Amino acid sequence: MAGVNRLPRGGRIDRAKPVSISFNGQTLSGYAGDTVASLLLANGIHLVGRSFKYHRPRGILSHGSDEPNALLSIDRGPGKIDPNNRATVAEARGGLVTASQNHWPSLNFDVGAINDRLSPIFVAGFYYKTFMWPRRFWDRVYEPNIRAAAGLGKSPDGPDADRYGNRHAHCDVLVVGAGPAGLAAALAASEGGKRIILADEQAEFGGSLLHDVTSTVDGTAAQDWAAQAIAMLKARENVTLLTRTTAFGYYNHNHVAMAERITDHLENAPDHLPRERLWQVRAGAVILATGSHERPLVFADNDRPGIMLAESIRAFVNRYAVAPGRRIVIATSGASAYRAAADAHAAGLAVTVVDIRLEADCGPEVAFVRQKGIDVLTSHTVIAATGRKRVTGLIVAPLGSEGRVGARRTLAADCVGMSGGWTPSVHLFSQSRGKLRFDDAIDAFVPGQSVQAERSAGAARGSYDLADCIADGFAAGDPLTARPRLAATPSLTGFQPVRILPTDADATRVRAFVDFQNDVTAKDIGLAVREGFESVEHVKRYTTTGMATDQGKTSNMNALGLMAGIQGKALPAVGTTTFRPPYTPVTFGTLVGPAKNALFDPARITPIHGWAKEHGAEFENVGLWKRAWYFPQGRETMHEAVARECKAVREGVGIFDASTLGKIEVVGPDAAEFMNRIYINAWTKLKPGACRYGLMLKEDGFIMDDGVVARLAEDRFHVTTTTGGAARVLQHMEDYLQTEWPDLRVFLTSITEQYAVIALQGPKAREVIAPLVSDIDLSGEAFPHMTVRTGFICGVPTRLFRVSFTGELGFEINVPSDHGRAVWEAIYERGRAFGITPYGTETMHVLRAERGFIIVGQETDGTVTPDDVGLGGMIAKAKPDFVGKRSLARPDIVAAGRKQLIGLVTDDPSLVLDEGAQIIDDRHRPVPIKALGHVTSSYWSAACGRSIALALVAGGRERMGETLYVTTPDSFAAARVTAPVFFDEKGARVHA
Amino acid sequence: MRRFSLRTLIAEAFNAHQGWERQWRNPEPKPAYDVIIVGAGGHGLATAFYLASEHGVTNVAVIEKGWLGGGNTGRNTTIIRSNYLYDESAGLYEHAVKLWEGLSQALNYNVMYSQRGVLMLAHNVHDVQSFKRHVYANRLQGIDNEWLTPEQAKAFCPPLNISRDLRYPVLGGALQRRGGVARHDAVAWGYARAADALGVDIIQNCEVTGFRRNASGAVEAVETSRGTIKAKRVGVVAAGHTSVILARAGLRMPLESFPLQALVSEPVKPVFPCVVMSNAVHAYISQSDKGELVIGAGTDQYVSYSQQGGLHVPMHALDAICELFPQFSRMRMLRSWGGIVDVTPDRSPIIGKTAVPGLFVNCGWGTGGFKATPGSGHVFAHTLATGEPHPLNAPFTLDRFRTGRLIDEAAAAAVTH
Ligand SMILES: Cc1cc2nc3c(=O)[nH]c(=O)nc-3n(C[C@H](O)[C@H](O)[C@H](O)COP(=O)(O)OP(=O)(O)OC[C@H]3O[C@@H](n4cnc5c(N)ncnc54)[C@H](O)[C@@H]3O)c2cc1C
Repeated sequence: MAGVNRLPRGGRIDRAKPVSISFNGQTLSGYAGDTVASLLLANGIHLVGRSFKYHRPRGILSHGSDEPNALLSIDRGPGKIDPNNRATVAEARGGLVTASQNHWPSLNFDVGAINDRLSPIFVAGFYYKTFMWPRRFWDRVYEPNIRAAAGLGKSPDGPDADRYGNRHAHCDVLVVGAGPAGLAAALAASEGGKRIILADEQAEFGGSLLHDVTSTVDGTAAQDWAAQAIAMLKARENVTLLTRTTAFGYYNHNHVAMAERITDHLENAPDHLPRERLWQVRAGAVILATGSHERPLVFADNDRPGIMLAESIRAFVNRYAVAPGRRIVIATSGASAYRAAADAHAAGLAVTVVDIRLEADCGPEVAFVRQKGIDVLTSHTVIAATGRKRVTGLIVAPLGSEGRVGARRTLAADCVGMSGGWTPSVHLFSQSRGKLRFDDAIDAFVPGQSVQAERSAGAARGSYDLADCIADGFAAGDPLTARPRLAATPSLTGFQPVRILPTDADATRVRAFVDFQNDVTAKDIGLAVREGFESVEHVKRYTTTGMATDQGKTSNMNALGLMAGIQGKALPAVGTTTFRPPYTPVTFGTLVGPAKNALFDPARITPIHGWAKEHGAEFENVGLWKRAWYFPQGRETMHEAVARECKAVREGVGIFDASTLGKIEVVGPDAAEFMNRIYINAWTKLKPGACRYGLMLKEDGFIMDDGVVARLAEDRFHVTTTTGGAARVLQHMEDYLQTEWPDLRVFLTSITEQYAVIALQGPKAREVIAPLVSDIDLSGEAFPHMTVRTGFICGVPTRLFRVSFTGELGFEINVPSDHGRAVWEAIYERGRAFGITPYGTETMHVLRAERGFIIVGQETDGTVTPDDVGLGGMIAKAKPDFVGKRSLARPDIVAAGRKQLIGLVTDDPSLVLDEGAQIIDDRHRPVPIKALGHVTSSYWSAACGRSIALALVAGGRERMGETLYVTTPDSFAAARVTAPVFFDEKGARVHA
Repeated sequence: MRRFSLRTLIAEAFNAHQGWERQWRNPEPKPAYDVIIVGAGGHGLATAFYLASEHGVTNVAVIEKGWLGGGNTGRNTTIIRSNYLYDESAGLYEHAVKLWEGLSQALNYNVMYSQRGVLMLAHNVHDVQSFKRHVYANRLQGIDNEWLTPEQAKAFCPPLNISRDLRYPVLGGALQRRGGVARHDAVAWGYARAADALGVDIIQNCEVTGFRRNASGAVEAVETSRGTIKAKRVGVVAAGHTSVILARAGLRMPLESFPLQALVSEPVKPVFPCVVMSNAVHAYISQSDKGELVIGAGTDQYVSYSQQGGLHVPMHALDAICELFPQFSRMRMLRSWGGIVDVTPDRSPIIGKTAVPGLFVNCGWGTGGFKATPGSGHVFAHTLATGEPHPLNAPFTLDRFRTGRLIDEAAAAAVTH
């Protein structure tokens, strides 16, 4: 039998499939169907971790996802290790290597436990009150020590060997939770053919029925009823069943996010399976059947290993066939724990019940267990637990009238079950923005007004009786059809809320835990309230209660109750904290899914990309695009390659991939009017076949984008934008068209990806393409600079632009993308005889800077007007309006002294300034020095045989010839102000 | 005010901590105050504290619709730095950093300002130009900011992935060593406690619903959910809800409100020594003293006053985090949330007068105002006390959107936080 505490019979474990795992180096055995927690308990292990702050020994508190204590690091193989796994959720399987956390040198002997001794000082918020002197000690001394002591497990340090999936799904009804209410809801909802998704976080459907071996439903064992329900659902094609799937987030428009765990429980997972999968469900309606959580009792040393929730004892005994102890004491303030007592007793374990309630306030449950021979002490309080690394007993005492505490006695125990009542799991409801309502009858917040198409069912809305849950599920799943109520064993419900158990000890010294993981005691809550922290949010933040990895599932109600008690308020007057996603922690990888490496942000590549790659290009990222940056040959440096490429363009011919430029077709009877309003330029008189350099502003008058625009016909413009600005410009145009000028008859179409653009630049450009082009007269007279023609190149239709961003004779050849590479190769072949040279963006930048052409985003930064960069003359003054026009008249925009674009030449011609370097006029001034401006572009210019720079400088155009000083990494460099053009001042070469 | 110190802490340990006082009172509103501050976030509370401590104006109320510090102050990722581009901004934020450096002592409350360094990553040529521009500008301003190569960045932040194969490889970074993080709640609480001790009334659970103006148009009282309260001067410091409140005074503010989201991981032992910001991919990360990785995202794309943003936004932030730090892929998201941030057209705040006499505003901090808390409160207190701006906030007028004298930090770098 696997484990000393394994019961001989029963449980849902598969005794035919033994598994063994390792825990802190020890090999332990169990069965398929065990969780790591049940396997540890089967082997008699209760001490599984140390608490966050005081490093107190901690055991297993629960049997589910609300577990605050039993957090282990689990190693599933290389690249598959992670911390903080809840042992109560992790399924046991062969090959798991588990380890406890947050201790040094060992779990058994932890030096950090000194903190427990110092706990009188380390109260809630103590760190706000000290560690302030000496001043520099906080981040040098105190904080590093606090940081090292805090934290739970260790972060993985290598890449994740697993893969994660992502799926979107639509359904009519999403049912979350497959306990009795959820199963009933899914059955009812799916009867008519609607698409249903049923999801549950557990490995099996059934919810609380999985550990209920005594109830019956409709005359059959409840577990059999559940099995039949599941079989029926499986048989329905309209139903999708998802186990191991946690709905963790409820967003707007019934968007529910779920995490499905797929391989962690498999010993030999097939390679094709992802570890986890994110489901994003958009549901017509959502049914939340998420059940409820049991509350711990708050008494001294209630955190000793071996003390757990009463229902968890029931789960370990019935579901996992494990005896969590041989001598069990159940401490309770309500009825449900009596079932745990009865079930443990039935499994042959010694059980005593201690009930805080007066005998007269108890229900039939007392007689129910007494008749089995179980001792019940009613009207008793628990003073404290004994034992350190494992509970050894409970000190209890009778409660007299008016709460007087009588004589103490100790009940020996090796396991204690506690039950302080139940709290509906309203997390997802609250995330859906539904309003909670406090229900006095069950001392809990329950779903009130829904905000989305959603309904809660069963225990999740405080309906605890089994027959009620099923009836509620049916009604939720199909409100229109009345179904007969199924008879079921009445559940033992009802409890008396107790915030902290009465004690005869000095209450100011008692350490009764409310939030186990974060080591928050009832005293801490008292301290917070005493210090004026009255709101729930304040108490939560000051004490950290409810902020642990269980997000307060076991602690919230006790904390609220304690606060209410201290403040003398009713609990609902204290309110509750906001429930925030996720319901349980979600692996980052699951949220990332496939969006990593190449898919992190899919790269856009041009039709010519492959060619560039084959020809050794280095690429740079520009927006989403990969652009060829330069084409090094042999062992050339970037500097050498760029110098060579520049020279080739100036003297022969260069070929450049300009496909990434944004392209938009503006079409319609009002196209010219639209262009007039969007751009600063005038378009009405531009003849079809002509091009113009266009500049557009944002509403604030600052340059937004630029590009050459061709008028193809009266009603058709081919607009180009910057590479990075393409989407933004289209959005901007659509925004105005749709919201401001809906009367204009204009259509906007992005054609960026429809055309490959090959820029052929240099004195020999015409000669290279001449034989390839048909239907276009290439002569200078017929086809002058800044015009466009349509025709064919290499037999492919082309929009051929005669434009130049280099200052040389040049063409931009637009061809359908599918033909881009072929045309490129044909031109390249033909150009070989002329020494054609492919060049990249860096050379393009240098060539345009030599001519003083701006790049939007480099010379401009969203604070620059057309006049600032010397393009004020482009503004069509006669136009009544265009976007940004009004702003250009603002006082500060017309004021003197604005930064203006100028050229800079360094005294040392070999010095290439840093782009972004700041400019001042007197290098000897002390800091802080007001800068006059900054260098926007700076290159080595092969054509000029020296470095050149463009800069924005206050009053720059008045400063021609002045010497200014420019920051260098460790000093300043002198440079002279020139006009922002360094080559071919007259711009004659483009007309060649 | 009972002073906090190790000595009093130990003394109280022997007294079962029964002797601690309330950190602030919970007073009923008086009928009238000299100054009313609307919004008990960090900025509002700091304003009250400096009004009382530096200007002797103690007849002050801070009126808060919820709980003090429950707005963006208690929701933010607490990145603090001052390496802004323009002299105006750098001056203001540097003023704040200097105050941060002595804040725990000034308030007698440990706000845990941890100068662990803020590293901003450059991922493309444009970033490199922009960051170098910042580094050089900061040098002239006398503010620390250094350019690091990828290898230097890795040495400073060992978990960083500087592989050339990344979709957006790290090309370098700008590091401000004096930058860091602080404990957000402690900032609100520390200012509240210190202001309260000087006589300021902090009135929680009281919503300002309107303004009363006298015959000459000047503000003379605020209407609240707990009645009308008179004031000679009113300062509105309500972050994402400023536009709503000021609409009640007939003012249309150049603000857009967006949800901004953040998340934390489960706590782990120290793995992340500094703060890393990557504006290109929108990821902001540090590790809290509790051990949680604190991760900020970019703003949601739609304007909204709802604090719930879309899931895809934190997902993208995590994509970026796992790209830069692939070892965190198996960590888990513990909690995520959003706050409503008030964004101006030039991404710089508005601190000063409004068109309504007696009504002042401090808003527009958007995604990055926590870092300015002490400085903002300090200069706003000056403005409220004297009726005129402090030289440091003089450029941050509401009027600049009319004159065009913008302080466009976003244009320069598209930086959040
Ligand atoms: C997710 C997130 C991450 C962030 N990260 C950073 C960061 O890393 N670094 C950084 O510097 N900044 C960051 N910020 C921004 C920063 O949080 C804010 O700029 C700053 O905290 C604003 O402070 P505040 O005091 O003005 O506003 P708040 O703290 O929001 O205070 C405003 C207060 O006004 C109250 N109020 C509103 N309306 C009324 C009314 N009618 N009557 C009375 N009271 C009212 C609100 O309840 C609120 O308490 C982040 C913000 C968010 C949301």
